[in-house]
Amino acid sequence: MKVFVTGAGSLLMGQVAQALVARGDEVVCLQRRPLDLPAVPAEAMVQGDVRDMAAVMAAARGCDAIIHGAARVGVVGSWDDFRSVNVDGTANVVHAAQALGIERVVHVSTPSVAHSGHSLVGEGATPAVTGRSGAFYAESKAIAEIASLDAGIVAIRPHLVWGPGDTQLVGRIVERARAGRLAMVGSGNALIDSTYVDNAVSALLAAVDAIRPGAACAGQAYVIANGEPRTVRELMEGICRAAGVPFEPRRVPMGVAKGLGAVVEAVWPHVRDDEPPITRFVAEQLGTAHWFDPRPAQRDLGWTPHVTLDEGFERLAAWFART
Amino acid sequence: MTSAAPTALDLEAYGLDPSWSHLVDVPSHDGGTHRWHLLDRPGTGPTTVLCLHGNPTWSYLWSRLLRELDPALRVIAPDHLGMGWSEQVGTRPYRDRVADVRDLLAALDVDGPVWIVAQDWGGAMAMGVAVHHPELVAGLVLSNTGIAVPAGRSAPWLIRLAAANGVHRLATRTTPAFVWGTPWLPGAHVARRERRALAAPYRGASRRDSIAGFVADVPFDDRHSSAADIAAVAAALPDLTIPVRLVWGSKDPVFNDDFAEDLRGRFADVALHRIAATGHLTVLEASIAPFVEDAIAEASAPTAASRLAEPLGPSDGIDEIWSRIAGGNPLAIAVSDAASGDVVSRREFESRVATYAVALASQGVQSGDRVAVLVPPGVDLIAVVYACWRIGAVTVVADRGLGLRGLGAAVRSARVGHVVGPAKAIAAARTLRWAPRATAISLSTLHGAPVVAALGDVALPSPAGHDPAAVVFTSGATGPAKGVRYTFGQLCAQRDAVQAMYDITHDDRFVAAFAPFAVFGPALGIATGFADMDVTSPSTLTASALDDACRRIDATMVFASPAALANVLATASSPTPALAKVRLVMSAGAPVPIDTLRRMSVLCPSAALHTPYGMTEVLPVADVSLAEREAIAADGAGRGVCVGTKVPGCEVRVLDVTGGGVEPLPAGVTGEVVVRTPWMSSGYDRLWRTQQTARPVIDGVVWHRTGDVGHLDINGNLWIEGRVVHLIHALTGAVSPVPIEVAAETVPGVRRAAAVGVGPIGLQQVVVVVEDGHDAQASRELAAAVRAAVTPQVVAAVWCGPLPVDIRHNAKIDRTALAATMERRLSGRSR
Repeated sequence: MKVFVTGAGSLLMGQVAQALVARGDEVVCLQRRPLDLPAVPAEAMVQGDVRDMAAVMAAARGCDAIIHGAARVGVVGSWDDFRSVNVDGTANVVHAAQALGIERVVHVSTPSVAHSGHSLVGEGATPAVTGRSGAFYAESKAIAEIASLDAGIVAIRPHLVWGPGDTQLVGRIVERARAGRLAMVGSGNALIDSTYVDNAVSALLAAVDAIRPGAACAGQAYVIANGEPRTVRELMEGICRAAGVPFEPRRVPMGVAKGLGAVVEAVWPHVRDDEPPITRFVAEQLGTAHWFDPRPAQRDLGWTPHVTLDEGFERLAAWFART
Repeated sequence: MTSAAPTALDLEAYGLDPSWSHLVDVPSHDGGTHRWHLLDRPGTGPTTVLCLHGNPTWSYLWSRLLRELDPALRVIAPDHLGMGWSEQVGTRPYRDRVADVRDLLAALDVDGPVWIVAQDWGGAMAMGVAVHHPELVAGLVLSNTGIAVPAGRSAPWLIRLAAANGVHRLATRTTPAFVWGTPWLPGAHVARRERRALAAPYRGASRRDSIAGFVADVPFDDRHSSAADIAAVAAALPDLTIPVRLVWGSKDPVFNDDFAEDLRGRFADVALHRIAATGHLTVLEASIAPFVEDAIAEASAPTAASRLAEPLGPSDGIDEIWSRIAGGNPLAIAVSDAASGDVVSRREFESRVATYAVALASQGVQSGDRVAVLVPPGVDLIAVVYACWRIGAVTVVADRGLGLRGLGAAVRSARVGHVVGPAKAIAAARTLRWAPRATAISLSTLHGAPVVAALGDVALPSPAGHDPAAVVFTSGATGPAKGVRYTFGQLCAQRDAVQAMYDITHDDRFVAAFAPFAVFGPALGIATGFADMDVTSPSTLTASALDDACRRIDATMVFASPAALANVLATASSPTPALAKVRLVMSAGAPVPIDTLRRMSVLCPSAALHTPYGMTEVLPVADVSLAEREAIAADGAGRGVCVGTKVPGCEVRVLDVTGGGVEPLPAGVTGEVVVRTPWMSSGYDRLWRTQQTARPVIDGVVWHRTGDVGHLDINGNLWIEGRVVHLIHALTGAVSPVPIEVAAETVPGVRRAAAVGVGPIGLQQVVVVVEDGHDAQASRELAAAVRAAVTPQVVAAVWCGPLPVDIRHNAKIDRTALAATMERRLSGRSR
């Protein structure tokens, strides 16, 4: 099978491309910056932008499947920045698939498309919600997911991906802990499920294997996670221990964190161009319980996580020991 | 005049989906068109539920039901005309109110007859609709309502006060007292947010016109214009064939238990579920959705338990009770009470029963009447019970272990007609209003009654096997004690089962350190001895008191609770001649540690030590002797506690705990234990839904769900592994907390641990709580140690905190309360 992978510059999508090659598939990777992935032949790496319809068509031509992971993330940027990459870019991929007759397409989505700010306990993938003001990332991803599902594509929402090389969750926690500035939202008692990166990779591969017109997963969204909810405190402590940094968090009350996050979201994009320390979304994600029903993915994708949380922490520790 | 609908913002604040709210113009039988406000929650199925609120509320009253009811059901909750956000109409007579409901149903697109759920005066309207338009109504669920003032009492004083001249307009219209007062009625568990929502449409006196009108339309005398209409509806109720289910908050000072009883007597197909803890607004205070769902499901199921005859037990063999009391050696001891020193011969006992029976009858006790027996353990307790039975009265005997409050709640729930006891107990019952309208019969009245020498001299009819005999109470481990009904036939079958199980003959004599057992003595025809102890506290039985009680009757058998035996062992020095003659020691009421039995066998060397398994609703189910337990223990540890093999005549099945399945599970597979025997009780008292849930129909007959989980092994031994309600329903299946707790308690420093599940059924995560003064997550080290100990069970979180304990079952951890606490803690919402 020849698979077109977009957004291979991210940790997750880079590993997806390599995993496909490792199991004998051919890949074509599209990413904005020059990139070298050890397992992927250089000629399979195409530099380009998903907003560029011609580039997408050219790269996708001759492929049997697409895993679309290119996205603009974070809070910095204008609505146009987010819309053009996440909404228009996805539209380009969907269009290319239809034009080229590619029937197997996986859309990499995010749990934030259905984020309500409330705790989610044992829920499935609730429908994406649009019409939010302010949250450009979630809004643009929600529009993109709805369009993808309408086109019969399967959407995968990996929940809190972490692992070696991850700059989003692990990077931030370790950097702050090292600086003695680690903050824990609320009591740290909320049960949170997370996804070790290898499991997110295997879920995307399972999805690309399962998707075809008329498949149970066609037009459906799935939340992916390890299925091992732990308290926020245990997760953060586990990451800090793996990195060999002390775990001495300051506690930030939930209300304060949310308020701070809201202010940061409003002001940060105008004054800074790096990612802020906290957003309302992060505050709510880490301050309220978030764990999910693993059965739909098990049933429709035939997928179960193969790396446990404890194994994940060991691998993370080994990686920190090497770097 | 029309009224504004509540805004979407308001409705959201009330916890209602704004899309449910509609203003509908309905053509009326009065020739005009009225604008109604209603909440209409669409359903995915064909059935519609119509909710009729009372006065002075509005459709918000049903907010909890709207949120919780099965999404298959469409729910329509209108504001009555003039009420809530519907058009103002002022006083509107009952006749028009009933016609209004028909108008509304005609205007809405409703498929087929509806179920009406109604409260307060909505209930009177619902009954009117059912009588005048029977084609529109599939069934009724009524809560704290009424159609007429029950016989023997006056109208609710609160409504009479509100309707009284001078007070009426002041209370109901000029001031918001009535609107604000209703949710404050004693016993109501209504949050401030709910009280505000209930009062929202009634700001300003002009908006309270209909409230005043509603109260004015309550007919307190026959001259009232609506009196004849309401009386006509009341008179027609017995002809209704639809199912009527009553869900009643017993703390309601307005429509109290008397109204529930009144309605219970008015319908052909009716059942009552009494909720001890809630009041007038029970539909908002309690989760009534399961009641409505079950009522509808039951009506569509052809073999629902309530439609089958309840088990009544054998119908013959009852008169043997009297022949056993009257027969035998008249000079032999019948009852001995070591506490008072009383000893009565069989002849004296027979005379006492006969005397009391005639005296009770002359005090007005009739066959079928319920009698609260508040007599302390002793000769008179047994004599009064048999005297009641002789004339067919139903004894209500609550274990004093329930405590004064539990005892009161139990007596109150049984609605006794008579109270028998010493003057002090009767005064207490009266002061505490346990049975305000019951006749009080003091023991001194019975003592002073003309002596009747023999049972043969009692010229009163005796009861038949199918007649009700007793209401006994569960221990109340979860919520208030539940009343359980027995017939004479069931009690006799129970007696015969016990007799056969332990080969009891006329030569046996037994000491009962547990009052309920003592009552069986005369029916078995054997001497009964009470030990000198505080029966409310079984652990007060000392070795010397037991020895003394045995010596007085030359006992061959001892029945005692495990706590009593534990104290006997703690106070014992060496075997005594009296204890050495005991051939059987039976202990029940709680799991009996094997070590207690081993040490008892040293104290009573010739005794077999037996532990029956059963519950208030069905006893006995199984039995195991110490010797059998030793043999089983030698085979290696099993899962749970072995309670032995089933008693002959008892059927035992183990069913899938997730419900639905009626096929017995294979040996070794854990599930819920269900049983069936001729001596199983008829069922629960005034707990319709409990009855329905606990008494499934399997293969066309009624069984009893024990609520215990366990399995049958290949040798037919029954093993109990815990309670169904405590199971943790994880993705991998149902997990019993007990083995997890046992493993966690092996971690050094962990004295006690409890395992509970958080999250939805089928996806629950296991949380282990280690008893500790803190209330916080366990340290990393402790969590790791606990996880290692319980491997391969995966644990989501380890918590250190206090373990809530059920006081009535000292030391039993209240896992249900703990699960709720942990659910909250781990949601991140509160500390």
